[in-house]
Amino acid sequence: MTCPAPLVTTDKILLGHGSGGKLSADLIESIFLPAFRNPVLARLDDQGVVTINGAKLAVTTDSFVVKPLFFRGGDIGSLAVHGTVNDLAMGGAQPLYLTVAFILEEGLPTTTLRRVVDSLAAAARAAGVQIITGDTKVVEKGSGDGIFINTTGIGLVPEGVELSAGAARPGDRVILSGSIGEHGMAILSEREGLEFETALESDSASLHTLVAAMLAADGRIHTLRDPTRGGVSSSLNEIAKQSAVGIEIEESAILVREAVRGACELLGLDPLYVANEGKLIAMVDAAAADAVLAAMRRHPLGRDACMIGAVTAAHPGMVTMRTLLGPSRIVDMLAGDQLPRIC
Amino acid sequence: MKHIDEYRDAKIARALLAALERKTTRPWVLMEICGGQTHTLMRYGIDTLIPPQIELVHGPGCPVCVTPLEVVEKAIQIASQPDVIFVSYGDMLRVPGSATDLLRVKASGGDVRIAYSPMEAVKIARANPQRRVVFFGIGFETTAPANAMAVLQAKREGLRNFSMLVSHVLVPPAIRLLLESPANRVQGFIAPGHVCAVMGYWEYHALSEQYRVPIVVGGFEPVDLIEAIGMLVAQLEEGRAEAENQYVRSVTLEGNRIAQKVLQEVFEVTDRKWRGIGAIPQSGFRLRPEFAEYDAERIFGLADTVVEEPAECISAQVLQGLKKPVDCPAFGVRCTPESPLGAPMVSSEGACAAYYQYRRDTVKSS
Repeated sequence: MTCPAPLVTTDKILLGHGSGGKLSADLIESIFLPAFRNPVLARLDDQGVVTINGAKLAVTTDSFVVKPLFFRGGDIGSLAVHGTVNDLAMGGAQPLYLTVAFILEEGLPTTTLRRVVDSLAAAARAAGVQIITGDTKVVEKGSGDGIFINTTGIGLVPEGVELSAGAARPGDRVILSGSIGEHGMAILSEREGLEFETALESDSASLHTLVAAMLAADGRIHTLRDPTRGGVSSSLNEIAKQSAVGIEIEESAILVREAVRGACELLGLDPLYVANEGKLIAMVDAAAADAVLAAMRRHPLGRDACMIGAVTAAHPGMVTMRTLLGPSRIVDMLAGDQLPRIC
Repeated sequence: MKHIDEYRDAKIARALLAALERKTTRPWVLMEICGGQTHTLMRYGIDTLIPPQIELVHGPGCPVCVTPLEVVEKAIQIASQPDVIFVSYGDMLRVPGSATDLLRVKASGGDVRIAYSPMEAVKIARANPQRRVVFFGIGFETTAPANAMAVLQAKREGLRNFSMLVSHVLVPPAIRLLLESPANRVQGFIAPGHVCAVMGYWEYHALSEQYRVPIVVGGFEPVDLIEAIGMLVAQLEEGRAEAENQYVRSVTLEGNRIAQKVLQEVFEVTDRKWRGIGAIPQSGFRLRPEFAEYDAERIFGLADTVVEEPAECISAQVLQGLKKPVDCPAFGVRCTPESPLGAPMVSSEGACAAYYQYRRDTVKSS
């Protein structure tokens, strides 16, 4: 169910290089970081934070290539807002402005574009961000997949807020804001034409108001990550690696909704590796954990928030999970995408 | 979730473990055949919860692991042809051949697609009459009926552009081979539940009797496996050797008659080479002559190539339960999922991958 990919060193780009797993990390480390190296980038956070004239600005960019364009619980337009807003929010920033670039494929129905743009505009309004500039390119039929969208976001990081994937410390509590795997399984079931008793719906949502509520409750939050591609396991592994700490989680504390569990069982996938678009993981000082958790549960996007584990000085760089029966196992980062197993 | 939750229930598991503890008086060596079972054992740490006298060794039931390298090479050759759409279960895409794998063939422009069912390949063939569509039909008795159905469906529709690269393998001949090996240490087998759901377990009665070895058909959840281990130990402690069924919610003695009928119609039993183990007589399925026009090997006229396995890889012994993944000096050092020496480190059902993925932090030191 969690096939590792051999032959990582490769002369061609594989789909797995975009999976958010080890192959993606390889690409960043072997090609992008050496070319662009600077202290802001080196933090490898979801956003770059720079200080200009005393103001702490968070900047992030994200491209959206989802298929199908429309799915239960969202579409590529709303996703393009939520994804970028959340990358800003994970730095504790108040999102302010977005840029939007469209790459359209020749032959795309104008009504489709209008539907996507309307949804994007609505999501931006709901998040309280303005779209202040944009770009459009059209590629020949066959060179694109309908619509690709890139959004860049700018936000302001409040005084005193200092969040980073490298800032988790032993003793921190790990909080997860809700049930996992909904976005990925909604997309997959739509793509594969799978029907389940309970409909799967993407959790796509802007998380910045939840983050603001958490920071208002107690500022002793060290790390926030939204577990998108590669799921909860990839985010936890990134944090463990960048903070040089171990992370121990409890299988029984992780909420997976019935429909997601059913779909994962059927396809042989592990929900820990499935994408989310409206969830976050927080590494919080133990003394602040209860207050932060309570604040999350009062917010509609954190109603099901749960303490799922703790940060430890043991096994730095490694994530382990106490299984339902008691013994612990490693929660590894996947090399590429999860591939459905044979039987 | 019904039929899942109660089989992952810690309380039920603890009660079964306590009962197992009480009835175990001597050391026993048990083997689970199926790679899916191996993964559950490692994932939940069941090997650390059972009495220390019970040793679990892992069997050859990983379809990806035992598919011969020559067949993988053929798949790569077929998939590289420009007019071909090559359709496969996801697992096979990452198995390296001598120079490349199917994922890389795809990246180089080959039309390689992942399917959840061989019927998708039939659908693709129907939609692309000008292309040749080839399905990679591998696996044990579990996947064989669906593959057989796909061939029947193609024939019914008169599809001329659909074919299958068939390399099916069968469990009972492999158990027989293990039991006849002078090096065999296994005293009881957990038979693969999914295979038996199709084939039934009547064949295992004969094996039990002939070799005086207990066999219990087991499921894939933690409680299933603990219960199956308990049933095996009970037999061993009482001096019995029978074929029993733990996985009653899915398996009957005679199995799925309809599926078996389809298998008989499309496939015939043949000698088959198993990767890491070698040739086992009468251990596989191939297409019957009347379905020759759907046989990709014949259509593409591919000769057998000889492909050498890395000498350091001990997968042959691992697949026969003679050694454990951690007995290999290359484990986790020169052999990792990112650069595997052998298939058991590649496949999602491979024993080496299970050890590496879930337990490499502890197993090395123990």
